[in-house]
Amino acid sequence: MNGIHDLGGMDGFGRVVVEAAEPVFHQPWERRVFGMLAAVAFTRLTSAHGYRHAVERMDPEHYLRAPYYERMMTGLATLLVERGKLDRATLDARVPGGFPLAQPAHPNATSDAEEIVADTRTSEASPRFRVGDTVRVRDVQPRGHTRCPRYVRGHRGVVVRIDRPFTLPDLAAHTDRDHREPTYGVRFSATELWSASAATRDAVYVDLWESYLEATR
Amino acid sequence: MSDDPHDRDAHTHDHGGGHHPAPLSPVEMRARALEELLTAAGIVDPTFIDGVVNAYERDIGPMNGARVVARAWVDPAYRGRLLTDATKAIAELGFGGPEGEHMVVVENTPDVHNVVVCTLCSCYPWPVLGLPPNWYKSPAYRARVVREPRAVLAEMGLVLAESVEVRVWDSSAEIRYLVLPERPPGTETLAEEELAALVTRDAMIGTAHVAARHGPISPPPSGSTSPPRQQTP
Repeated sequence: MNGIHDLGGMDGFGRVVVEAAEPVFHQPWERRVFGMLAAVAFTRLTSAHGYRHAVERMDPEHYLRAPYYERMMTGLATLLVERGKLDRATLDARVPGGFPLAQPAHPNATSDAEEIVADTRTSEASPRFRVGDTVRVRDVQPRGHTRCPRYVRGHRGVVVRIDRPFTLPDLAAHTDRDHREPTYGVRFSATELWSASAATRDAVYVDLWESYLEATR
Repeated sequence: MSDDPHDRDAHTHDHGGGHHPAPLSPVEMRARALEELLTAAGIVDPTFIDGVVNAYERDIGPMNGARVVARAWVDPAYRGRLLTDATKAIAELGFGGPEGEHMVVVENTPDVHNVVVCTLCSCYPWPVLGLPPNWYKSPAYRARVVREPRAVLAEMGLVLAESVEVRVWDSSAEIRYLVLPERPPGTETLAEEELAALVTRDAMIGTAHVAARHGPISPPPSGSTSPPRQQTP
């Protein structure tokens, strides 16, 4: 989804604020939330893909305002309600004003993901691209989960590394399908991504599943 | 340790003499409600939470990555293995687990500077760096470092020469990246443990260089640690 989480290349956020000698957790509740996520992950009630998408579906204003562990808690609670492990009314009743959850997934989330895979017909065993190939990122706009950042879509890059096949998150976040395909490290020059005036030597390397890519000359 | 973790520290404040528990903030109320319901449902075991949290507060942190870096500086054969198969080389020192199953190490040189980000969430190599700092998870860092890395690095105190090539690594899939920083001049006589004490978290993310003089970043490395096996985001 073209959501608030897909932040790469956005302007206007100001300086990066660095805290000196930062503790691992700032508040006791943050420790509990991290531990709950670890516990739920351990039970395999959800995959990392489903969890990430639940966080992405948070109300955009809430997402930006919430510290990291509040985003984690919201995503986790949303998933567990959706999987029938928690009752939303019970949760709401425990907190004055209710327990904010993320929005439901888009009705077309699964069909958009299926469309992306159907177009590419990838093979787990034989990567379509080689190191050194120039590729273009497909300009697709899936409304469900994807790990193809907006800032590289439509842009040309060069394959620098072929990784082993990994589960495609787009399908795994919405279905039980463990569709694996080759994944690539792709180098995009700063001038290709941003503007001719970007530092010409600089580059951004993005890791992309084969279904996100197409051949180009 | 109290049975109810939420009653530990932080929630009691002295208001001019008497002890009155401060009211829980909305986010604290949510965390408590969630843990109570998940515990009642048998999904979460509070002692499991304590164990995981303690591991990430005590044993799993940048002191692990610092050991990897120091070993690579003193042992060329190890450096070679680290740059070829980082996951395996890191496991030689006893480090591995969630968010470190597929590692790639990128090496800084006088001509190339590497810096790591996750623009889509906050992916980070937990076994070698621990849990990420707030700035790494902030919208400002995630949005800007791919677009204007030199400006972001300069703001954070690292000014790079025009001639240096900047490589930004967006960990958008399953690979997690660790930067192998340059060994600072003047450290030729230091032992591996002394070198490890110079290596900072930020140098291994790529937002700082390693300086020749630096206090220990953490308690001395204590043997190898294995976090609980789990599937994590």
